[in-house]
Amino acid sequence: MARRETMQRKIFITALAWVVGLIVFFPILWTVLTSFKTEGDAINISGFFSTGWTTEAYSVVQSRSNYVQFAWNSVALALGSTFFALVIAIPSAWAMAFAPGKRTKDLLMWMLSTKMMPPVGALIPIYLIFRDLGLLDTRGGIITVLMLLNLPIIIWMLYTYFKEIPGEILEASRMDGASLGKELLYVLTPMAIPGIASTLLLNIILAWNEAFWTLALTTKDAAPLTQFIASYSSPEGLFWAKLSAASTMAIAPILVLGWFAQKQLVRGLTFGAVK
Amino acid sequence: MGTISLKNARKAFGDVVIIPGASLDIKNGEFVVFVGPSGCGKSTLLRMIAGLEDLTSGAILIDGKDMTEAAPSKRGLSMVFQSYALYPHMSVRGNISFGLKMAGMPKNEIDAKVAKAAATLNLTEYLDRKPRQLSGGQRQRVAIGRAIVRNPEGFLFDEPLSNLDAALRVNMRLEIMQMHKDLGATMIYVTHDQVEAMTMADRIVVLNRGNIEQVGSPLELYNRPDSLFVAGFIGSPKMNLISGKPAEKFDAQTIGIRPEHLGISLKDGTWPAKISLAEHLGADTFLHVDAGPCGMMTVRAAGEYDAAPGAKIFLTPEPDRIHCFDKDGKAIRK
Repeated sequence: MARRETMQRKIFITALAWVVGLIVFFPILWTVLTSFKTEGDAINISGFFSTGWTTEAYSVVQSRSNYVQFAWNSVALALGSTFFALVIAIPSAWAMAFAPGKRTKDLLMWMLSTKMMPPVGALIPIYLIFRDLGLLDTRGGIITVLMLLNLPIIIWMLYTYFKEIPGEILEASRMDGASLGKELLYVLTPMAIPGIASTLLLNIILAWNEAFWTLALTTKDAAPLTQFIASYSSPEGLFWAKLSAASTMAIAPILVLGWFAQKQLVRGLTFGAVK
Repeated sequence: MGTISLKNARKAFGDVVIIPGASLDIKNGEFVVFVGPSGCGKSTLLRMIAGLEDLTSGAILIDGKDMTEAAPSKRGLSMVFQSYALYPHMSVRGNISFGLKMAGMPKNEIDAKVAKAAATLNLTEYLDRKPRQLSGGQRQRVAIGRAIVRNPEGFLFDEPLSNLDAALRVNMRLEIMQMHKDLGATMIYVTHDQVEAMTMADRIVVLNRGNIEQVGSPLELYNRPDSLFVAGFIGSPKMNLISGKPAEKFDAQTIGIRPEHLGISLKDGTWPAKISLAEHLGADTFLHVDAGPCGMMTVRAAGEYDAAPGAKIFLTPEPDRIHCFDKDGKAIRK
């Protein structure tokens, strides 16, 4: 009896998981399907299937814009902002986790609070600063903004991981004569690798998907894939299939990365929740 | 070589005073145990000597040199932590050699030293394992290996045996004592276990609320406790402390008598008592008795004392083993 109940439970939970999964996945599926339709079929959103599948939209997108350049910019922005963010965040999180001061908690809350501000509130000052410093549409400029944007979350995540590392191990390394730099390099960082890896992956994904600042501050030279997608949206004419094709091409790399990294991501995000 | 002196060393976090001011001279090669209940500041004091905690005021001298501001690694001391604090991502070899590597020692010299330390500690066949693949006792050995390989002036042990099971603890205790004999280095050992303190120490430092209550050899503390606190803390089972009428006869606020210094008779004696519980340990029997005006007392009877709860007995203290304390809890010496 008990056995059959658990079986029923299992089936119910599995079914529920599939339903939730499909709901989450549906927009992506819809986009991918639409990208293989003709523009005429694409606008007729009531039809799930196409009258004739075609890769026409992809050919148009390929001929009209340079996908590789956008993609390369996305890679540079995601990796660049992540790298510099980690360089700043690892020592910051170390300091907050192992040498906290009276105001450390306040500082952490303040950092988080910056994420509560709508980004558009800072758009005009940042745009003007970028304009005056000649940073508009430069990779360096966007990398800086993306880094600053995600720094609070990265420091918070690393802080949480570092908190889990027993301070005695770091003290042991100090007794062993490790300088601050060596303590970070040989002891803390290797022990925090799982946490750092998931922070890194999450930040790459966040930076890759970031659309507000990349759309506002780039036009051509530093434009990543978000700009590539946006360039297919227009107020008139038929563009759904082309837009979907562009979107599919833009999200494919990060989806593949996410697929391979999901184990690490889940592990990292639940780190510390269970011992 | 390895003398350590505390000169009115004080530690406070804001208004919270942990160590009001400790002064202590530790001789070269001495085995000193800091003992006290949890929260008495013994670990803090050890960490101050190690350099892991800053002093609020006062000074620490090692080998006569002022090391108050020196970095932990510059003090010539090694520390063994309660949690072992091994580097989990390094092999046993990596753990033991880390300090030498940080000191920039040539590789062949490191290898020789690690091999020697591993051989002493029976770790040779585990050198390439990670700490998680070792048992608790082996991890403790690695922690000790990491400490001895640097050939320090002094060793600091922070409750190193409290995570081991009872049998292993006795073994490791003996090993540490043997190590002290072989190396002749100064050792400071923190524990809350007064049995460890009694068996291992040349001198015991009893701490209470950050204050050094008494410093002395184990038998000095056992025979001549300076205060009620030391009297109650040193010795197992605890000393019986009696106040009121029976104490007044000795012109004291409180008198103390150890369970092993009470004579038992069925016919007559100083204090009549009723047995409420008997603990049979084989070699000894501990009787918990209700001694009327003296309150509850513990009495040691040698061997297998045949006693039924409820039985009436008489207790007679050995007269020269009675400790008298005044109203401040200080010992009255006669």
